[in-house]
Amino acid sequence: MSGSEPLLRVEGLEKYYESESDFIDRLLGRQKKVKAVDGVSFEINEGETLGLVGESGCGKSTIGRSILQLREPTAGSVYFKGQDITTLSDSELRDLRKEMQIIFQNPQSSLNPRLTVNDIIGEALDIHGIEGDVTRDARIKDLLERVGLNASHANRYPHEFSGGQLQRIGIARALAVDPDFIVCDEPVSALDVSVQAQILNLLEDLQDELGIAYLFIAHDLSVVEHIADEIAVMYLGKIAEIGTPEELFVPPQHPYTEALLSAIPEPDPLWEGDRILLEGSVPSPIDPPSGCKFHTRCPRVIPPSDYEFEQEEWRAVMSFRHRAREEDIAVETFGDDDDALTEALRDELDLPSSLTDPEAERVVEEALRSVADEEFAAAESVLRETFETPCTTDEPALRRTDAGRVACHLFDPAYESGPTDGTRTDDGAVTGDGAAASGDD
Amino acid sequence: MAMLEVEDLNVRFYTDDGVVKATNDLSYRIEAGERFGVVGESGAGKSVTSLALMRLIDEPGVIESGEIRFKGQNLLEMNEEEMRSLRGNEIAMIFQDAETALNPSYTVGEQISEAIRYHLDLDEAAARERAIETLESVGIPSAAERYSDYPHEFSGGMQQRVVIAIALSCDPDLIIADEPTTALDVTIEAQILELLEEVATEFDTAIQLITHDLGVVAEFCDRVMVMYAGHPVEMAPVEDVYYNPQHPYTVGLMSSIPRIGDDRDRLQTIPGRMPDLIEMPPGCNFHPRCPYAEESCTRVDPQLVDVETGDPADPINSDAQTAACLAHTGELTGELEYEVTVRGEDDFPGPDGASSSAEVTDR
Repeated sequence: MSGSEPLLRVEGLEKYYESESDFIDRLLGRQKKVKAVDGVSFEINEGETLGLVGESGCGKSTIGRSILQLREPTAGSVYFKGQDITTLSDSELRDLRKEMQIIFQNPQSSLNPRLTVNDIIGEALDIHGIEGDVTRDARIKDLLERVGLNASHANRYPHEFSGGQLQRIGIARALAVDPDFIVCDEPVSALDVSVQAQILNLLEDLQDELGIAYLFIAHDLSVVEHIADEIAVMYLGKIAEIGTPEELFVPPQHPYTEALLSAIPEPDPLWEGDRILLEGSVPSPIDPPSGCKFHTRCPRVIPPSDYEFEQEEWRAVMSFRHRAREEDIAVETFGDDDDALTEALRDELDLPSSLTDPEAERVVEEALRSVADEEFAAAESVLRETFETPCTTDEPALRRTDAGRVACHLFDPAYESGPTDGTRTDDGAVTGDGAAASGDD
Repeated sequence: MAMLEVEDLNVRFYTDDGVVKATNDLSYRIEAGERFGVVGESGAGKSVTSLALMRLIDEPGVIESGEIRFKGQNLLEMNEEEMRSLRGNEIAMIFQDAETALNPSYTVGEQISEAIRYHLDLDEAAARERAIETLESVGIPSAAERYSDYPHEFSGGMQQRVVIAIALSCDPDLIIADEPTTALDVTIEAQILELLEEVATEFDTAIQLITHDLGVVAEFCDRVMVMYAGHPVEMAPVEDVYYNPQHPYTVGLMSSIPRIGDDRDRLQTIPGRMPDLIEMPPGCNFHPRCPYAEESCTRVDPQLVDVETGDPADPINSDAQTAACLAHTGELTGELEYEVTVRGEDDFPGPDGASSSAEVTDR
């Protein structure tokens, strides 16, 4: 780590929660760890913005709160101005909060309804002993005007403001202590599109004027693109891809980034692009999938090299395997007749009536018969053992590609499946080691 | 005669602070099988409009005047009994928040078959069978097993599928979908929209889709009504609204959408906010926020007119593009100046490269 130290450096951040459990479970040590954040590293430079994007439950808000030490991280370090703040005492942390602030998603619930705007913003000043009585009011007026509110409204209560105005008050409160870094946790998700644009512009203006760095958390890529210098896409507690907006939106892309982008509705009635529809929803972080966590939904899982698969067939086989593992196939509803049963199962599982590769067809047929007999484990194991793919066995690490860093085996030459010349990055070891690589054709 | 005709609907809320004019002489129609979008910011009167259709306006709200004709019958003249047999049967509703729309203490199957038993007069077993079929048609795997699961055992997207299944269970002619995907992640939103599209086509159901997301409307709707302060400011087939918007508010909404890959430094915004519905600005309600406003806009309340001819609009019988702006009746000295860019294949950085999109720049 040479050169100038970034404002914020997060290294191997982990936050685990204990899953809900009863007394007996605790006694027997059967609690499970929920890996909300599972080894995340990134940097934010002074006056820059990192966008953090992902679906609900991917751990993005937990990261924001762990950085501010509002949730104590399980492991990993957070360096702010070169100092590891995970080791600070409470009083040191209090001082630090002058420099790090947060803006919440819902201003209605994050502003005290019983305080006037004057007191909401003044409270921050008082706690940190920033202004004297004389200059306090002037400072509050100045802050209100800076965020585009009328200074004469300082004596009003939160309920007298609209959602967009409340969010401006939330921003003014964060600005009051003159921070260098603000975590913006979905600050525009609850707002109308026209108001959303106003708030985004305001945040950008403030950054230009005051040189504040943001961690901007959102679930919408199009919102983040406008404000971020760098974007990290998260999936189940890990970063799937990180890069500048330009890098992120051009191939090579993580298949998840690709799907997120393609899911944004186009405001164009005659648009005729192909939408990538992901199956199912984000798996539970209590028992996350092995290997690449995205493999249960990924449309581009790497097919086994010994068999010939159409990509869609292969996706269907993978989904079949996943559902066999979860025992999520209701066999009894399909009737008793054996042939009709496997036929109905194929239909339910989106499997074609016959696969391209006769050898693969034989294996799938065998698995289907096992499922028909409700032997899910047998079905899962025959599929797992016959069709090997690195996506389910090896966890991908972030690797530098031509455009950003991507955690996907498709871009790892060790698996010779994607046309890339990726190189090892310095912030994560490459997991594949020749032995796991597929055949040589 | 269209399937649904709303004429001069006025809904008022009598609050302590004054009378809230939630909709003002609102008129529109929906044809059988049509997908009709209603867009606007919070407070535009979108949700009130849909609740009025179901006659679900509660105290202190009142439907003051107007007619809501469904298949020729005025809903406002029906008694409670007739209304009840219509709700959930011929007109069904999908709400934004599936978690609160479902009863947590009944199984999802029971919640679907309840409506089926009531409206279709089927016995227990037949209702159960139909409920399972409906669950299957909305893409819930192992429907027969999941019939007896409770709502909390489903994910958010799956709960919304259940709500859609309830709406579909009695094969309605009209579904009112009030922000059905707003609470969902974008990948799940895409699934749900595709599902709605599929079932609407399969069952030939008309859908009134209420949303603040112009992307969703573009994708889903045939015609669209843009609402502002309780009345339509523009109503037209969806292509007209996107490629040739004729009201400054529509232009403002379109240009404030953040788009991936555009090189604008700043997002366009609409200054200010929706007016207080108790004390509306005189003349055109939008004039305090309108970049093209002139002196006459503060005096004259613009009527919805055909943008080609300037004649008063006939939203119940005509498909013409209509807008409520003085620019179309020659009462403005200036013109509405803006530019619509339709992005071609070359400059779109999306994954497949084969796409175009409309973008409005306000000058």
